[in-house]
Amino acid sequence: MGIDAVLEDRPSASQRIREVPSHPDTVPLAIDDLTVAYQSKPVLWDIDLDIPEGKLVGIVGPNGAGKSTLIKACLDLVPKASGRVKVYGKAYSENRSLVGYVPQRESVDWDYPVSALDVVTMGTYGRIGLFNPVRKKHREEAMQALEHVGIGHLAKRQISQLSGGQQQRVFLARALAQDAKLYFMDEPFAAVDAATEQAIVGLLHELKEQGKTVLVVHHDLASVSQYFDWVVLLNMRVVNAGPTEEVFTRENLKATYGGKLALLDEAGQALRDSLR
Amino acid sequence: MIWLLDDTWIVITGALCAVACALPGCFMVLRKMSMMGDAISHAVLPGLAIGYLVAESRDALPMLLGAALVGVLTALFTQWVGQFGNVDRGAAMGIVFTTLFALGLVLIERAADHENIDLDPSCVLYGALEMAPLDLMTLGAWEIPRAALWLAVVLLLNLLIILLLYKEFNLSSFDPSLASTLGINATFMHYLLMSMVAVTTVASFEAVGSIIVIAMLIVPGATAYLLTQRLWVMLLLSALFGILASALGHVVAITVPTWFGFDSTSSSGMMATIAGLLFLLVWLFNPREGVWVPRRVNKTES
Repeated sequence: MGIDAVLEDRPSASQRIREVPSHPDTVPLAIDDLTVAYQSKPVLWDIDLDIPEGKLVGIVGPNGAGKSTLIKACLDLVPKASGRVKVYGKAYSENRSLVGYVPQRESVDWDYPVSALDVVTMGTYGRIGLFNPVRKKHREEAMQALEHVGIGHLAKRQISQLSGGQQQRVFLARALAQDAKLYFMDEPFAAVDAATEQAIVGLLHELKEQGKTVLVVHHDLASVSQYFDWVVLLNMRVVNAGPTEEVFTRENLKATYGGKLALLDEAGQALRDSLR
Repeated sequence: MIWLLDDTWIVITGALCAVACALPGCFMVLRKMSMMGDAISHAVLPGLAIGYLVAESRDALPMLLGAALVGVLTALFTQWVGQFGNVDRGAAMGIVFTTLFALGLVLIERAADHENIDLDPSCVLYGALEMAPLDLMTLGAWEIPRAALWLAVVLLLNLLIILLLYKEFNLSSFDPSLASTLGINATFMHYLLMSMVAVTTVASFEAVGSIIVIAMLIVPGATAYLLTQRLWVMLLLSALFGILASALGHVVAITVPTWFGFDSTSSSGMMATIAGLLFLLVWLFNPREGVWVPRRVNKTES
């Protein structure tokens, strides 16, 4: 069954979410009619999404569904063909300081000549401002963030000499140093060790307790209901979005991964695992 | 070996050029766009010629402005050709810089034909470092080669920009996406770096020629990169390697050939050669991960 068919015989995701009363200044992220295309080939279609405050939100969908693109479009890193994105009621460019970003780990060159502490300090650059130098205060903030993710002892190490999990922790520490209210994380769980995975989960819950909102692009269907209290099912369009227990269902997953049989089996298996 | 004041000026001029090139060059190396320096240093030629034709003189300023403009255009055209022409970045660069370079040669030939002037293509390519001490300017009580003065100004400008925007260059080289989300315009930083390369190239052209510029943009930075894991140390070391290559290059150029009964050879050519040899030595013997030194760094220990 195709996605369109699913969308026809049930209230669309956008309609459902529109029913939630919208308070512009308290909605961390409001996406309205967003369409993104790469070289005139559409990647995201008509995305309407209001993310409530204080939720851990998993963005889930098959490869090529546009999950990373959705994040990048919100952050103005890829051009929008149409649509608006509001962060706490204002255009993103006016509310940058409220937003933290953890890019995919492979998106940077880890042979770049900086230490772990240098990378974390980069999270404070937005506050430091143009032309001003990094001061001791900022390095101390960065050091606290590194200690927070449990690798304070690696502060002086060059980043190529860190394991994959440690590198991911450096990125998370950098996001903490940004001191944002809304976080975007692009596959923070990809290829990390079990200890790091648990550390990230702990960190996500801490952020939630502080009333922060976190959007996480996530691949592992088996852990979705365990980690996230809100889910966005994405496959070029928003197939469905809402509280995990309502939205993360077998039918919705079929609709999201529709047509891709191998993936569908995988999804079904994952769902069985997660419900067990 | 006979060492004259002229020799000192040749080394100083070469060293000023090397350091002026090495500073932006480090960021070119780190951004994996080393060949862009090569492309820009060739492609600025039409800008140089147009600046000359418009101003109808060999005033440095219009030529610098023309070249800086074309330098930025080179980066921009490369981006466009890659994006819209569906060719990879290397091919796009090859198309843009050879076309602009050829256009520049045509313009210079034309200028030379019509106005009987001394803008000479071979001079632009190979430079005339040995002639630099003959063209002196008076600055207070000092007589300084014009080329050295220009290169000193460009060096100070590059240094000032990098010091003022150190953290912006650092972040936009390492993680341009995060830079953008923090409000640092990564695209602007890219074109600022390209302009610095273009201006440095042009200031160096007449004195030392484009060969040493291409070498000094990349080789000292790449050599320093082998030795350190800190950006500011890399910048410092690249400057030192540039100075070392200039001094050694000139000494070798005026001494070694005479041992075999030849005349001294091109100093700028030998400076670039020495820079390459220094890279080779560091690559082979550096204590961190030299080819002939056992690896001591354990990547995964924690």
